[in-house]
Amino acid sequence: MHVENLTLAYGGDAPVVSGLTLEVPAGQLTAVVGPNGSGKSTLLRGMSRLLTPQSGQVLLDGKDIHKLPARELARKLGVLPQGPVTPEGITAAELVSRGRHPHRGLFGRLTAEDDAAIDEALAAVELTELRERPVDQLSGGQRQRVWIAMVLAQGTPHLLLDEPTTYLDLAHAVDVMNVVHAAAHGSGRTVVVVLHDLTLAAQYADHLVVMGEGRIAAEGRPVDVLTAELLEDVFGLQATVVDVGGAPVVVPDRRLVG
Amino acid sequence: MLSVAFAVLAIVIALVSLSVGTTKLPLADVIEVLLGGGRHGTRLVVLELRLPRVATGLLVGIAFAVSGALLQTLSRNPLASPDIVGVNSGASAGAVAVIVLAGSGGGNISGAAAKVGIPLAAVLGGLIATLIVGALSIQRGVVDAGRVVLIGVGIAAAANSLVAWLLVIGDVNDAGRAAAWLAGSLNARAWSDAIPVLFAVVLLLPVAMMFNRDLSALVLGDDVASSLGVRVARIRLALLIVATVLAAMATAGAGPIAFVALVAPQIAQRLTRMERPPLLTTAMLGALFVVLADLVARNGLQWLQVGPYELPVGIITAACGAPYLLHLIGRQQKGR
Repeated sequence: MHVENLTLAYGGDAPVVSGLTLEVPAGQLTAVVGPNGSGKSTLLRGMSRLLTPQSGQVLLDGKDIHKLPARELARKLGVLPQGPVTPEGITAAELVSRGRHPHRGLFGRLTAEDDAAIDEALAAVELTELRERPVDQLSGGQRQRVWIAMVLAQGTPHLLLDEPTTYLDLAHAVDVMNVVHAAAHGSGRTVVVVLHDLTLAAQYADHLVVMGEGRIAAEGRPVDVLTAELLEDVFGLQATVVDVGGAPVVVPDRRLVG
Repeated sequence: MLSVAFAVLAIVIALVSLSVGTTKLPLADVIEVLLGGGRHGTRLVVLELRLPRVATGLLVGIAFAVSGALLQTLSRNPLASPDIVGVNSGASAGAVAVIVLAGSGGGNISGAAAKVGIPLAAVLGGLIATLIVGALSIQRGVVDAGRVVLIGVGIAAAANSLVAWLLVIGDVNDAGRAAAWLAGSLNARAWSDAIPVLFAVVLLLPVAMMFNRDLSALVLGDDVASSLGVRVARIRLALLIVATVLAAMATAGAGPIAFVALVAPQIAQRLTRMERPPLLTTAMLGALFVVLADLVARNGLQWLQVGPYELPVGIITAACGAPYLLHLIGRQQKGR
C-alpha cells in the first residue's frame, strides 16, 4: 500500500492532512500515533475511501483505490472504523458473517468457504465458544474482538483499524493487540492501526508513524522513532523513554505541586 | 418459515372474510367460486363485491409493512415508518387534492382523474414529503436517526393541515368522501383500487428483496457497509424511493391506514430475533394484520349486536397500533 502526496479535508474546511506520502511495509504491522487532531484517523479514512481526497492518491497493489469497483476493493481492503455501532440482538457469528458480504451473491446461503472463514476468524479472536451470544451482552473487549473477527472474515490482504483499543482497560487492550499482531504476522496481512497509547503502539508495531499537524513527523522502527525529543516536539510532552526488552516505554515526567 | 405461516394465516382470514357479510356463504362455495365454478349470484358477490376489497387489503398490508421495514432499517430507528415520518400524510395531501379539486362536486369523481390521478398525486405527495424529510435530516452527509422522526412528525403535521384546508375549501360531498377515505377504509373497493397497488407490490417487493443482503450490511453503519463494498448513497436513495412509492400507492388504494407500517416490521423483527425487520415475514404479517383488522372492522359491530354498522379498517389498526407506539417510545427512552 502506498500513499502519494495525499491531501484530505472535510467539506470546504482547511486540510486536515496535507501532502502526505507514506509507504506501508507489506506483511507488517504499522501503527499510526499522534496527538488529538493530528489527522491520524482522517488519514485512515482517506486510505480507505471513506473520505475522498482533495488531491493525491492511495495505491493498492499499484492501483488507485478510487478507481477500483467497490466490491473488488472490499475483497482487498478491510476497514474497521472507530467505535462501530453494534445492532441490538445480533449474535457474534451473525456479525462476523457480515464480513463475507463482498464475496457473496445476491441470494443463497453461506458457502462452505464462507463458513470456514467465519470459524477461522472467531478462532483467531478466541471467541468460538461465545459465537451464539448476542454481541451487546459481551464485554467491551470481547465486543471489539468480534468486530475485528468481522474484518478478518472479510479475508482481505490489507487491513485498516481505527483505534480498536479505545475505551478498553489495559488487559483487554492487550488482548485486542495480540489479535491485531497475529493478523499481520500469523497470516501475512498488511495491517495499519491507529492507536492512542504510545507504549502499546511501540510494543507491537514493526513500523511506527508519528503524525503531527497533518504531516508525518517521524517514522521508522519504534526504538528509533520514539525519543524524548520527539515527544517534546510533537506531543508537547515531557517524558523519559525507557527501553524494556527492546521496546520503548514512555514514562511521563511528573510535575507535582507542593 | 414464519413468513409461510403468516401467508397461510392471511389466506385463511381472507377466505373467511369472503364468506361472511350480509349474504353468508359457506366456505366451500367461496373456494368453488375461486376455482372457477359456482352459481352466477355467488360469483357476483365473491368476485365483484368482496374479493376486490380483500385483495386490496392484502396488497396494501404488504405495501405498508415493507415500506415501514425499509424506512426503519435505513434510518436505524424503529419509529421511522411512513405513517410517522410524513410519507402517508404527504400522499394523503396529494390524493385529497385530486378528490377535492378535481371532484365533480357531486361526490364521485370518475374517469381518468380518479383512476390515474389519485395514485399519481399520492406518489408525488409522498415523494415530496420524503425529499423534504431526507434533506433536512442529513447532517454532515449522514442521516441522523433522531432527526428523521422529529422532522418527519413536523412534515406530517404540515401535510395534515394542508389536507384540513383542502377539506374546508372543497365541496361538502367531496370533502365527506375524502374524510372517509382519510380514516383508512377498504369499504367499497373495486378492482381499479387493487390493481395499482398490485403493480407496485409485484414490481417493488422484488427490488427490495434484491437489496436484502445490502441492508444486512447497512445496519452495521454506513462506514462499515461501505467498506464491505456496499454503495451506500446509491442504495439508500433507491430504497427510499421504493419505500415511498409503496406507502404512497397503498395510501392511494385504501387511505392512510394507520400503524401497519410501524407495527408489522417490529413484531416480525422480535419474532425472528433478527437485528432488523425481515422483509418477507414483515410483508406477510402486514397482509395478515390488514385483512384481520378489516374483518373485524366490517363485522365487529354486528357481532357485538350493536347494529349493521361498519368501521373503517384504520380505526381498528390504530386501536391495536397506538398502544404499541407508546410501548416503543417508552422503551426508547429507557434505552437512553
